[in-house]
Amino acid sequence: MNGAALQNATPTLKQASTDRETSPDDWDDEIFDEVDAREIFDLLRTIKDPEHPHSLEELSVVQEELITCNDVDNYIDVRFTPTIPHCSMATLIGLSLRVKLLHSVANRFKIDVRVTPGTHQSEEAINKQLGDKERVAAALENPQLLNMVNQCIYGAG
Amino acid sequence: MVKLTLEATLSGHKGQVWSVDWSPTSKTLASSGQDKSIKLWRQEGGSWVCVTTLEGGNTRTVRQVAWSPCGNKLATASFDSTTCIWEYDRNTSTWDLAATLEGHENEVKSVAWSGDGDYLASCSRDKSVWVWEVMDDDYECASVLQVHSQDVKKVVWHPTDPLLFSASYDDTVKVYKEFGDDWECAESFTGHSSTVWGLSFNKSGDKFVSCSDDRTLRVWCRDENKATKYTCKSTVCGFHSRPIYDVSWGRHGYIATAAGDNAIRLFEQQGASLLLSHLQSDAHFGDVNCVSWKGNLLASASDDETVRIWTLET
Repeated sequence: MNGAALQNATPTLKQASTDRETSPDDWDDEIFDEVDAREIFDLLRTIKDPEHPHSLEELSVVQEELITCNDVDNYIDVRFTPTIPHCSMATLIGLSLRVKLLHSVANRFKIDVRVTPGTHQSEEAINKQLGDKERVAAALENPQLLNMVNQCIYGAG
Repeated sequence: MVKLTLEATLSGHKGQVWSVDWSPTSKTLASSGQDKSIKLWRQEGGSWVCVTTLEGGNTRTVRQVAWSPCGNKLATASFDSTTCIWEYDRNTSTWDLAATLEGHENEVKSVAWSGDGDYLASCSRDKSVWVWEVMDDDYECASVLQVHSQDVKKVVWHPTDPLLFSASYDDTVKVYKEFGDDWECAESFTGHSSTVWGLSFNKSGDKFVSCSDDRTLRVWCRDENKATKYTCKSTVCGFHSRPIYDVSWGRHGYIATAAGDNAIRLFEQQGASLLLSHLQSDAHFGDVNCVSWKGNLLASASDDETVRIWTLET
């Protein structure tokens, strides 16, 4: 950012997934489709990393296996994996994941966004901050921060 | 059989409602939230209506609203880093913005008037607790207390003594007493394993209960030999599955909790511990952020953009 050297200049990249296969049932209003982990993954995988011109899926920051979604209990649990254990952008990435879900899923869902255990040196501090709804609400009233989050989620502009 | 009966659902706020507080002198309820406004609600002709909306004071979320003991002033803590004071003008029957208190470096999270109305306390993410001396329409900073190591979430005065308590993101509760012209921290209470969101005293002030992100309540009892010293006598766990954002100890003895699982729970004291007397599941369609008692009436504020009024039946 701001022309400074990247913390992780050459991240390992993964091929982006293809779109979920559709079936005729998808258009049948009589069939109740539960929200599942793949659906949540699809909402999150295209979010851009704040530093690299890649998606969080390409950088393996979000993975379908690390998402739990229980439609009956109204619960979504997302674990994300920073590319390096001292990534200073981890909180911003977590905030972007949380905001995208706040914008996209029904508000009946309780959402937890946390760092994958053992993948960041400040794991506990980041998890506490992302789990504090008051801190999240205040952060989203900060225009600079909100702008950074929106850039990750919706691209430049 | 202890239960809560829903009296009214008050709609009007846009976005999260963070706070509710009953006037000490009338059956008027104040609420505040994300839409930067304060609303006053009263029962008229059998139904609860919004009688006043105060706007144009704070420029960001109003995190807490607090009535002064005389019932003629309101203090509001806002994410815009200021505390606003609103005063009721009897001649014009309007609420006017009387003062804007500046000093905190960022979000003000809570504000509280002392029982005699002589002091106002505020706290912020800047880790400090400020004590303001109230002199008619003048608010002078009497002390800046920098004892917490993190974001301070709540300030609460002792119900009878000139003691101020604060709860924090650093997992502790602290108590302050007057010391000459200044204030000082007298004790720090540890035990919670995550953010302490709030605390509430019983009527006499010899006990308080604290609530936390760690999903527990703790009951603290006053030491017989030292007025500022409280010891945790019990930890109430296993009832809440999400963070507990607020707790209110009613004068009738029932303790209400507001939690992130959309529920309101009522507890009563049993020895040093608490007994669950009622669970109001789905009290709201979102997190319950705040609860406040007035006699048998309980008000609750929620992320679902509403305030609800309940009647306690025992």
